[in-house]
Amino acid sequence: MDFMVFQYPMISVQACLDGVLLGILFALIAYGMALQWGVMNIINIAQGDLVILGGYIAYFMYLYGIHPAWGVIVAPVVMYFVGIAIYKLVINKVVDRDLFISILATFGISILFMQLMNFAFGADVVLANSDYGTTMLFNNNVVLPNSKIFSAFISILFAICLVIYMKKSKLGRAIRATAQNARAAKILGVDTEKVYAATFGINAALCGVAGALISITFTIHPYMGLPYTIRSFMIVIVAGLGNLPGVAMSGMGLGVFEEFADYILGTEFRIGSVFLLLVLILVYRRFKLSRKREYLK
Amino acid sequence: MKLNKIILSFISALAILFSTSVVSLAKVVGDKIVLGAAISLTGKYSSNGVHTQNGYNMAVDRINSMGGVKVGGKTYKFDIIYYDDESNPKRAAQLAERLISQDGVEFMLGPYSSGLTKAIAPVTEKYGVPMVEANGASRSLFTKGYKYLFAVLAPANLYLDVAIDLAVEKNNGKGVTVAMAFEQDAFSQDVRLGVLDAIKRTGSKKVIDDKLPKELNDMAATLVKVKQMKPDVLVVSGHTKGALTAIRQISEMKVDVPMLAMTHCDAAKLSKQHGKNSQYALCASQWHKTLTYKDKFFKDGMTYDADFTKEFGYAPPYQAAESSAALLVFKDAFERANSFDQKKVRDALAATNMQTFYGNIKFAEGGQNVDKPMVLFQVMCDDAGKCENKVVAPTKWASAKLIHPIPSWSKR
Repeated sequence: MDFMVFQYPMISVQACLDGVLLGILFALIAYGMALQWGVMNIINIAQGDLVILGGYIAYFMYLYGIHPAWGVIVAPVVMYFVGIAIYKLVINKVVDRDLFISILATFGISILFMQLMNFAFGADVVLANSDYGTTMLFNNNVVLPNSKIFSAFISILFAICLVIYMKKSKLGRAIRATAQNARAAKILGVDTEKVYAATFGINAALCGVAGALISITFTIHPYMGLPYTIRSFMIVIVAGLGNLPGVAMSGMGLGVFEEFADYILGTEFRIGSVFLLLVLILVYRRFKLSRKREYLK
Repeated sequence: MKLNKIILSFISALAILFSTSVVSLAKVVGDKIVLGAAISLTGKYSSNGVHTQNGYNMAVDRINSMGGVKVGGKTYKFDIIYYDDESNPKRAAQLAERLISQDGVEFMLGPYSSGLTKAIAPVTEKYGVPMVEANGASRSLFTKGYKYLFAVLAPANLYLDVAIDLAVEKNNGKGVTVAMAFEQDAFSQDVRLGVLDAIKRTGSKKVIDDKLPKELNDMAATLVKVKQMKPDVLVVSGHTKGALTAIRQISEMKVDVPMLAMTHCDAAKLSKQHGKNSQYALCASQWHKTLTYKDKFFKDGMTYDADFTKEFGYAPPYQAAESSAALLVFKDAFERANSFDQKKVRDALAATNMQTFYGNIKFAEGGQNVDKPMVLFQVMCDDAGKCENKVVAPTKWASAKLIHPIPSWSKR
């Protein structure tokens, strides 16, 4: 245990800011997961692998001399079609089955994606340099890489666009109707098959944006997807489905929690602390539910 | 009846196929010495697995074309059976079993990484199969009392202790403050132990001792602590991921530290991926092309570098060079043993004392090479942004003078 973070107030400020910026990015991935979980009742284990694939798109643009920031436009377009393809090939066969089958199917997709990316792009750790520089705050005591600020800004932008799209567009309304009651939506003329495909595509596109941002901010590697899946799962569990402000808040909360866990428990427990938090929240929820049930009795 | 006949002929066909495959792959067939190797051709170690394989292949071609191996007055050629261990230790151990008990291999070459070598070594030891490995540096490999394991490379605990000595030397012999960030894997933790020994020996002090998880790609917290504590040396070891993440975040967060020492810089292609941001980083390396060791097969480091680049289209990282050296060691041992008896070859390997283009090779009791020091190079860039790795320590091999302390980010 190291309580240095509390001894130096500026480190606390740094940890909070880092956590919030990181959390916004996590929230974007989690929002995609919440969307398709709510609409299709599928927990997508391959979420993190879609993120990494999006990262590779930005990385290859960078390799060919295009600024990787353009990846936030190209990656979602490509990933949308990748998402549709995955839906047509696998997901539409498991969408009405129970949760276990869909978890198995997406787990399979995850392994396949890891191996394919490893085969196609190699096992090297790579990154895309944005050369965005650094912002210094509080007399140079707090440093924020501009790439992190850029990531958070783009994530917020995409989230806002998506919310407006879901509210105003015809497809958005159809997606929300299907999430509420798929059978009723079908009776009222919504083509749920098309809605499912579009939802999975939108989720993959969001993963694409997040991936491009991660390749600019951190590093990518074919086997690095799982921590992103776990984090988004965790955020969705805390926030609940279809609750965008909840997802944003719980994303940022998780980011800050991770940063403080890193300082206090040590970097080696960073991901472990997320797992621990997940278990605690699940236990707490069960406890709360059982009390509610007693009350109903 | 007809079905029975079909089944019978199918079984006999299988039996014939199986028996011929065993015969054709036995240890020494005709004029061929068959070596076995499980290599990571897929999975997370596949890049370095391929470097290892290329290093082996380059040496096999070179030795075969320059007269082969002379045993008992007859000339033999090397041949290698490769299997893909998928970067998975369990699979590697199974494949070692298969190579030895099914394919009849009696001499093995090592896989890539300490973890996989650790998985294979108990198997080769059980069957008494001599294994010369070039990519497992973990200290724990050499403390288990293995008799048939020989490593041409220096053990992991010697990777970065040179850096601490260098920092103390620059501090007029007085102890320094050290910040450490090491991944939690066998190799990096051994590097850490070496650094801890050096800290104790030189009267230095550790101020940060962070452990990095395997899936980590963010070490901002460690770097914030470094900014606060202002140590004299920052030591990072976390394979290519650690090297890339450290340089990215050090440059983004403008962390000023007088000396930065790390491992896996050339495997991470630091200077290519980060350009000038990687400048002044000190990197531990098993080998560098400018070292002046010599042998009759590859001449010297510069020639090896040129020949390898011509054949494979990229400059050889040290993982390839040490793999080539493993074959030279085997050739030398076979000729001295003048036999294919495993015990005699093992004894000949234990008595190895030779120079290769990669360095001197002499094995200690535990099987590690004790005659080859590590080198430290520093990334140095010109004004146009072209970066090169130049050896700065030990002084005997230095091709450039160490730049110390590292200029602060505000002055770059």
